[in-house]
Amino acid sequence: MDHFPTNWGRPRNDAYDAYGTYPIAQRPYNGPKDAFADGIQRTQQPIVTGTSVLAIKFKDGIMMAADNLASYGSLARFKDIQRLQAVGAHTVIGAGGDMSDFQYIQAMLDELIIDEFTAQDGHTLGPAEIHEYLAQIMYARRSKMNPLWNAILVGGVKDGKRFLSFVDLLGTTYSASTLATGYGAHIAQPLLRTAVEGKEDILTEDDALKILEQSMKVLYYRDARSIDKYQVATITAEGTSISETRRLETSWSFAEGIRGYGAQTQ
Amino acid sequence: MASVYSSTGFDFSNELRNNFMAEKGLPLPKATSTGTTIVGCLFKDGIVLGADTRATEGPIVADKNCEKIHYITESIRCCGAGTAADTEFTTALISSNMELHALSTGRKPRVVTAMTMLKQMLFRYQGHVGAALVLGGVDATGPHLFTIHPHGSTDKLPYVTMGSGSLAAMAVFESGWRANMEREDALNLVKAAISAGIFNDLGSGSNIDACIITASHTEMLRNVEMPNMRVQKERKYAFRRGTTAWKTENVRDLVVNEQITFVGGDAMDTT
Repeated sequence: MDHFPTNWGRPRNDAYDAYGTYPIAQRPYNGPKDAFADGIQRTQQPIVTGTSVLAIKFKDGIMMAADNLASYGSLARFKDIQRLQAVGAHTVIGAGGDMSDFQYIQAMLDELIIDEFTAQDGHTLGPAEIHEYLAQIMYARRSKMNPLWNAILVGGVKDGKRFLSFVDLLGTTYSASTLATGYGAHIAQPLLRTAVEGKEDILTEDDALKILEQSMKVLYYRDARSIDKYQVATITAEGTSISETRRLETSWSFAEGIRGYGAQTQ
Repeated sequence: MASVYSSTGFDFSNELRNNFMAEKGLPLPKATSTGTTIVGCLFKDGIVLGADTRATEGPIVADKNCEKIHYITESIRCCGAGTAADTEFTTALISSNMELHALSTGRKPRVVTAMTMLKQMLFRYQGHVGAALVLGGVDATGPHLFTIHPHGSTDKLPYVTMGSGSLAAMAVFESGWRANMEREDALNLVKAAISAGIFNDLGSGSNIDACIITASHTEMLRNVEMPNMRVQKERKYAFRRGTTAWKTENVRDLVVNEQITFVGGDAMDTT
């Protein structure tokens, strides 16, 4: 009920709660606001993204592959970025998802490695420790409803033992002898599983490279956010190495004789 | 609207009702390409079609060994993914119409005829008939392989996959398909593709069906491979007599009094 006759017959003003109808938390507030109040944002969606990462265990260690593309939605924006990163002497991580979050993770891991180096305590961080560190961070961020929007594969060899694990934006972790993120999980994983499961201790480096190349080729055929340039990281007891950019050989002439999409014959 | 002359074009009068219901909290059910792996592959002498045999009701397996390769005509078959009722009735309807069409034209039926009938029907229903089909066959013009989506679009390709396991199966096809394969190679490739779907997709499972269609002969290989046989139970799990104790035993004959009367007469009394 409005007691002020000057308001009768005029549009109501909701910016001011004259009778205290609403509790303080719900009253409209028109006072001075902190300039950065709206600047605190939580990651809602990934912007510049990388697609799948693949990794398998072979006889001497781990092999990981990822292409060189960072997409901006459907635009192939950055075609020469490296999504595989060596962390210390024993580990390589590969990330898909938001590239800015991945760069932040890279900076964090660099800091971690530098601290470990300066400590000079005779220990070095292996893949298991890197994975645990990342898993804790990813889960903590998700619990604050501000995730690092990535799916990361961590692979490495330490003290003769091979390690390969996955961690994603929710903090989910798992381990297997073949892993793939993104579209690779649907398209490449069946191929990797048939080729590797049971033969982890028999496959040579060349075999592993062929398997990954085949899977990257199929992914280039069927993933609309991929390109034909990729890199392969190999981790063995000797150390880590990330290859130069390789080009895929693809064949697109499979349907040369076909015309149209239905009854057309010319 | 009960008018004798139905107007041309589409009737969108239900849109108002659908929007109202969606606002009130009852959204339209989404037709999805559900739990299945179906594939088709062109080889030297014709077509090989393949399918898994699992029918799902959400997370439950409704039928462990259903048949997804439907009969259209003697040398045309259609694999169906999506809503099972939709694929069954759609393929049955088109099969029936194809038979009538063949009798009417006096010619052997063609794959493009079935494809055109299917796509026109599915487009008419604007995707609400949830049938995703792989249609393949050999006719007088040669072997043809089509894929038909629920909204009515078709693609003509040498190798196709549909269903939730289609990505796994397509990965196998992309790695292994070559032009002019032999029959054995083609069948093995189809079996490998369906296996990839069965073992890597939760919506597909059980056994593998295949159908090889050539100009002269159609061979339906039902359960050509059964990679998920149930193992024989290791022990007998029946309870032995005496597991449950009992206090009294009372055996009564249900037949109290029996009297037999012979009724004469020859034929049925139809008065």
